[in-house]
Amino acid sequence: MFSRKQISLAIAGVFSLSALAQGTQSDLVKTLEQQQKQIEELKLQVEAAVAAIEEQQSVSSQSKTTMGGYGELHYNNIDGKTDQIDFHRFVLFVGHNYSDKLRFFSELELEHSLAGEGKPGEVELEQAYIEYDYSESTTLKGGLFLVPVGIINETHEPDTFYGVERNPIEKDIIPATWWEAGAATQVRFGESGVSMDFAITSGLYTDDQFKIRSGRQKVASAVAEDFAYTARIKWTGVPGLELAATIQHQEDITQGDFNASAMLYEAHAAYRAGGFGLRALYAQWDIDAVEADLIGRDVQKGYYIEPSYQFNESWGVFARYSAWDNNAGNGSATDTEKRLSNIGFNYWVHPQVVLKFDAENRMGAHNGSGFNLGIGYSF
Amino acid sequence: MKQFQLFILILIALLNAGLYAVEQVYQNQDEYIAQQFEHSSFEKAHIWLTPDHKEYLTELLGHKPYKIRVPVWHDNDTSVWILEEIGKEQPITVGVVVKGKQIQDIKVLVYRESRGHEVRQSFFTAQYVGAKLESSGKLSQPIDGITGATLSVRALNKVAAMALYLSQFIEPK
Repeated sequence: MFSRKQISLAIAGVFSLSALAQGTQSDLVKTLEQQQKQIEELKLQVEAAVAAIEEQQSVSSQSKTTMGGYGELHYNNIDGKTDQIDFHRFVLFVGHNYSDKLRFFSELELEHSLAGEGKPGEVELEQAYIEYDYSESTTLKGGLFLVPVGIINETHEPDTFYGVERNPIEKDIIPATWWEAGAATQVRFGESGVSMDFAITSGLYTDDQFKIRSGRQKVASAVAEDFAYTARIKWTGVPGLELAATIQHQEDITQGDFNASAMLYEAHAAYRAGGFGLRALYAQWDIDAVEADLIGRDVQKGYYIEPSYQFNESWGVFARYSAWDNNAGNGSATDTEKRLSNIGFNYWVHPQVVLKFDAENRMGAHNGSGFNLGIGYSF
Repeated sequence: MKQFQLFILILIALLNAGLYAVEQVYQNQDEYIAQQFEHSSFEKAHIWLTPDHKEYLTELLGHKPYKIRVPVWHDNDTSVWILEEIGKEQPITVGVVVKGKQIQDIKVLVYRESRGHEVRQSFFTAQYVGAKLESSGKLSQPIDGITGATLSVRALNKVAAMALYLSQFIEPK
C-alpha cells in the first residue's frame, strides 16, 4: 500500500514537526522566563520608586519645622464704655523637631494690632522653650513657657472656648496668658490618668498696689531676686473629665521691696460628655505682707462656672457666671467684688474657625451691660 | 531657699518615679502588629489609593491623604493599620485593628505633641472599640474628648475612620 520511501518520508516529517515543536516550546519557555525576570525587575523598580515617593510624602518626614497660629477679632459694645473693635490677638507658632524626643516650641504674639511707643499693643514672646522626653512618662522643659495653672492659660485658641473675651478670673486672679522663664518637668503615671507638673520659674514683680496682673515681668530683663515654685496635679482618668489643682509659692512678689511672699491656690474641673460641657474654676492668692493687708490686697480670689451645650458640629450655647475680688482682704467693709454673667453662642464655620456672640451683665463693684462679637481661628 | 531645696527633692523623686514607670508601656510598630496575630498567620499588602479613595479620604481627613498606597497587615478577617495624622503641630503615629468592620483596638504608638498625652491612655482609646463607619463618614459612637487636646482627639477620630474605610478594600488571602 505504502512504499518504503513514503513511510520513511512520513516518519522523517513527524520527527521534524516534533523537533520544531520542541524548539518552539523551548523558545516559549525562554521568552516567559525572560519576561518573568523583567516583571520582577520592574516590580523592584516600582517598589523603589514608590518607597522614594512615600519617604517624601510621609507625614513624619515632612519638614521638621512646623508653623501654626491663631487670632481673634473682637467687637465690644458695653454701656458706659466706648464701643471698640480690636484685633485682640495675632499669634504665630513656630516649632522644630530635632528628633522624636527633643523639640523646640515658640509663640510670638502681637496684641491689639499695633505696637510701639504710645500705641495700644505689644509684641510679646509668650513661649520659647526646649522640651525633652526623658522617658515615655517624664518630660523636661527649659526656657520661657506657660505656667501650668488653670484651664485657659495653656490652651487658649479661640475655637476651644466659649465667650468672645476670656473669663475674668483667668485674667485678674490668674494673670493669663501667664508665662515665665525657668525649668519644668511633667511626670505621667502610666494608665492611672494622673500627671504632675513641677516648675521653678522667674517670679512676679508687683509694686505697692500688689496688682497681680501688673506684676507679670514677661521675662523682659526681669528682676530675678526671688523665684516662684509651681506644682500641679491633674487627673484625666475618665474620658471627657479633667480635675486639676495647682499650688504656687512666690518667694517675694515685690522682688525684695516689701518682703511679700505669696501663695496661689487654684482648682478646676472641666467635663465634656456628648454635647454637654461644664467648666468650673476657683483661684485665690494669699499675700503675706503688711503693705498688702493695709489695702485689702492680701487676699485676692475668684471663681466661675460655665455650663454649655453643643448641638452639633457647628452650634453651641453657653452661660457663665463669674465673681472675683482683687481686694477681698478688706473684709465686708466695702463691696469690692465684681460679678459678671455672660450668655451666648459659638458658631463653628470650620472646626478651627469660630464666630462668637455673648451678652454680658456686670454687677457688684462694676456695672453696665452690653454684648460682644468675635471671630477667631487657629491653624 | 528651703522651698528650693524641697522642690529639688521632689523633682528627683519624680524623675525616679518616671524612670520606674517607663518600662511598662508603649510598643513599637512591629511588636504591635505581631501581637494582633499571635494565633494566626498574616501577610502584608497595600491598598493603592484610587481617585475615588482619594476623594473620600480628602473629605474625611480635611486634606489630601499623605500616601499613594497604604500598607496593611491582615489575615482572613483582621487587619492592622499603622497610620499617621497631625494633631496640633506634630504627627501622631497610631495602630488600628479592624475586625468584622469594627474597631477592635486602637493605640497611639508615637506621640510628639507637648500637651494631650492623655490620648495615649487606654481609658481614652477604649472608647473606640466596637466603632463602625457610618455612611456619613463618621464613627458610629461618640468619643468624649480631652480638655486641651481637642486636635489630638480629632486626629485619632480621623485615623479610626480611615482604617475602617480602607479595610473594605482588602482582597482576601
